[in-house]
Amino acid sequence: MGKAIGRFVLKRLGLAVLTLFLLSIVVFAGCMVLPGNVARAILGPFADQRAVDALNHQLGADRPALSLYWEWITKLLHGDMGTSYTFRAPVAPFVRDALVNSLKLAALAFVIVVPLSILGGIVAALFAGRWPDKLISLTSLSLTVIPEFVSSIALLLIFAIWLRWLPLSASFPADAGALTQIYYLLLPCLPLVIVLFGYFARMTRAGVVEAMASDYTRTAILKGLPRRTVIIRHVLRNALLPTITVIASQTSYLIGGLVVVEGLFRYQGIGSLILTAARGKDFPMLQGGILTIGALFIAAVLIADLIFLLVNPRTRTSLR
Amino acid sequence: MIQMEQSPPPALLLDKVDVAYRTRGRDMRVLSKVSIRIEPGEAYGLVGESGCGKSTVALTVLHTLPGNGHVLGGKLEVAGRDLRRLDAPALRHMRAHDISMVYQDAGRALNPSMTVGRQLLEVFEVLGQGGQEAVERAHAMLARVQISGPARVMASYPHQLSGGMQQRVVIAMALAKDPSLLILDEPTTGLDATVEAEVLDLVADLRRDFNSSILFISHNLGAIASICDRVGVLYAGHLVEEGPAQQVFSDPRHPYTASLLRCLPKAGLTKRKSALETIPGFLPPPGAIIKGCCFAPRCSMARQRCHDESPPAYDLGGRQSACHYHDHVDFIAGKDLRPVVVSAPAAARQPALALDAVSKTYHVGGQPLHAVRDVSMTLQPGQTLGLVGESGSGKTTLARLLLGLVAPDAGGRIELDGEALAPTAAERPTEHVKAMQIVFQNPDSALNRAHTVRHLIGRALSRLAGLRGRRLREEMMRLVGAVRLTERHLALRPRQLSGGLKQRVAIARAFAGNPRIVVCDEPTSALDVSVQAAILNLLAELQDQRQVSYVFISHDLGVVRYLADRIAVLYLGRLMELGPAEAVFTGPHHPYTEALLSAVPSHTGRRNERIKLKGEIPSPLNPPSGCVFQTRCPRKVGEICETTEPPMQSEDDHGIRCHIPRAELGRLTPAHP
Repeated sequence: MGKAIGRFVLKRLGLAVLTLFLLSIVVFAGCMVLPGNVARAILGPFADQRAVDALNHQLGADRPALSLYWEWITKLLHGDMGTSYTFRAPVAPFVRDALVNSLKLAALAFVIVVPLSILGGIVAALFAGRWPDKLISLTSLSLTVIPEFVSSIALLLIFAIWLRWLPLSASFPADAGALTQIYYLLLPCLPLVIVLFGYFARMTRAGVVEAMASDYTRTAILKGLPRRTVIIRHVLRNALLPTITVIASQTSYLIGGLVVVEGLFRYQGIGSLILTAARGKDFPMLQGGILTIGALFIAAVLIADLIFLLVNPRTRTSLR
Repeated sequence: MIQMEQSPPPALLLDKVDVAYRTRGRDMRVLSKVSIRIEPGEAYGLVGESGCGKSTVALTVLHTLPGNGHVLGGKLEVAGRDLRRLDAPALRHMRAHDISMVYQDAGRALNPSMTVGRQLLEVFEVLGQGGQEAVERAHAMLARVQISGPARVMASYPHQLSGGMQQRVVIAMALAKDPSLLILDEPTTGLDATVEAEVLDLVADLRRDFNSSILFISHNLGAIASICDRVGVLYAGHLVEEGPAQQVFSDPRHPYTASLLRCLPKAGLTKRKSALETIPGFLPPPGAIIKGCCFAPRCSMARQRCHDESPPAYDLGGRQSACHYHDHVDFIAGKDLRPVVVSAPAAARQPALALDAVSKTYHVGGQPLHAVRDVSMTLQPGQTLGLVGESGSGKTTLARLLLGLVAPDAGGRIELDGEALAPTAAERPTEHVKAMQIVFQNPDSALNRAHTVRHLIGRALSRLAGLRGRRLREEMMRLVGAVRLTERHLALRPRQLSGGLKQRVAIARAFAGNPRIVVCDEPTSALDVSVQAAILNLLAELQDQRQVSYVFISHDLGVVRYLADRIAVLYLGRLMELGPAEAVFTGPHHPYTEALLSAVPSHTGRRNERIKLKGEIPSPLNPPSGCVFQTRCPRKVGEICETTEPPMQSEDDHGIRCHIPRAELGRLTPAHP
């Protein structure tokens, strides 16, 4: 059993390496075909052509693609993400800081949305067809269709400008403690919570409704177990399996896909880092950022699969 | 009606109970004035076809009707307590102490993500027992249902146990609280005949040890007859007949009971002797306004009075019948049914199908798994080969090999009309593909729900028979007529059809390309007996008209006996016996065949002494040495069985793979003449 899980993890790690390798090729090739010229982008439209050529040569941007890729990937394997074209400084610290910021935002959003939506889904399922279900289902469905840039602006107007309860910008002071950070991050979190709540809640509701109608739940009820025990012990464990997978699949969105939210709230996350890098043709930064998100996503899915495995004995024994 | 009970109150009392489901604001009545009384310690059987309301009775008693179902009226008592007046805690208490239920498909009745032990211990937890005492009681309970190694089973998850084991666990769970009433809803449906017999034996044994009364719901009349003292027959939510099981089954006093019994393929009846009787017409839909007798529209002896006047439950002294003419029900004399298959089987023709040394080996984790090993047989045109064996015996793999869904191991050979077939369907020319078709057990999953019957059959005709336009339409009408569907059905989609009609569509689809061989994989096991009879008649008729051959897989030996000309018995992928159907049924038998035959419960209640097989079917990954059956064989001779695989002893075209000399092999006395 332990051995089987070990083998499963090893196999998945192997696949993860392969995926990252393919991603690195795609990212690299993507940067190659982006229009424009690196040095021109850095030096501006009025710079002398010779200066542009010299900078291109200095940056190595004029060498053949394959050798550039080889150099980049070997450095990367040694933990060196290269030097930012724009900042003339190593990429890694930028990516790391942005990543930490993004993780904070994502973690807060998760901590709020996961319990809330699961609870909402369960309540809706237990009252299926009656008013709490209708209320939750309708609300979550309508909230899901509001794009986060629309809800962000609305929330900014309400909470930061009219009510003045929360700060307008998410950039907390450098020496802020955990609570202050949460206070600053609360507002940018809400649009994410709104988008994800409906998705997770509906998933949970479907799972619970199915488990409630199952024969094993009837067996549990007919044992004379109290309703609470039936739901917690028999229903939820089986009902939440699909939800786990769905939640994991949303991590990449939460970590890398928040360009608009980060922009609106002036927050230095990895989304806005990548956007800035792409605009400035800062390829090392762009590549480093995207690969980091890729690695995180793969890790999240792997963790979700492991949780799925641990709570689902059927997949556990079918492992070979 | 009894007002005052002096002795202990009945375990279950239903008095004129009406139950309805509310759909679109209308009450659809599903049970009408049903009265059932089960005394303490009594076993009561409830029979009837699907849709008659059998399961609704169980759900009503347990208070677990679906949200839209409710009791309209009547009295419901369990051990003297009025069920309709119980509040939630009292109901929970009653479920924890007094009533248990076992239902079909034990695999789904157990929580997949909890160990068996945890689920069993819950029963004691509710009763306020815990710790070591509860564990010991759980072990004892598992031992009572003949589970050896209870500790290992307790630590297992449900999916790690076989179907029979799962059902034992569920029965153990149900009996652990020593309930006053045990409800069994189709507990053996879907199990192999041998496992079914074991479960029935177990229930019969446990009845003696526990004081529980039993409400046994089943469409299997044989299963009911082997367990129950009294039996009630439900039709369209009405209890039409009730009485001692023996009497009701041997001398029914209601035409519905009589028709049900006549639909069963009786021992000795084959397609060459007579068609099976069916019940024409359909069950009235739920909520239909019924004037007069509910069975009158389908009853062959209905008169004007039956259509006008609803029959009361006539008391016939210890039994009752809701038929005005209960004295006239003639069970024995059915209509004169002509034989379906007239043409005698011509011998020594070119076989339609020939298998020579066909094997299929899968590889599981590097180990070889012999799903089918060295099978050779032939099938003549227009004949039926019955494939018999427990689950895991290789029946389905053999069917897949024939159809080319999996490729056989090198060295084996499958011939169709003397021509060798390519290993997989993809490599076979179209005429070979259309020559071999299949009818599945479950037409629900075999037919695309999105299409109409016209589309389903039309597509088969254009793909398999290459027809277009007018010729396609003509052929479609011919085919639809051949399977006894009408033009009206063409516009419908599968969900609008009953199980039997869906199976007819599936059969029409299979026959579209004028096949030579049709593999029928349990085609009637999901159907009610009257519908089963109609489908078997249809298959026999089509066979006679078109000289098509069937490979007929079924666990119901009665059905196999009716339709098959030859029978092959498989065990762990090995052919154990092969011969003419008559010879296989009359003997001498292979010990395995003998055990299978003895396991069949008969509705006459007379049952042969069952030959018990020890243990479970071994894993095909690790088959026994020598004869594969030796680990469970009741007639094992000795060492030779463990060391040497016996050869096929053949005589008169009837082969038996056993070391015991032919003359000494068993012959079962027929269960009924």
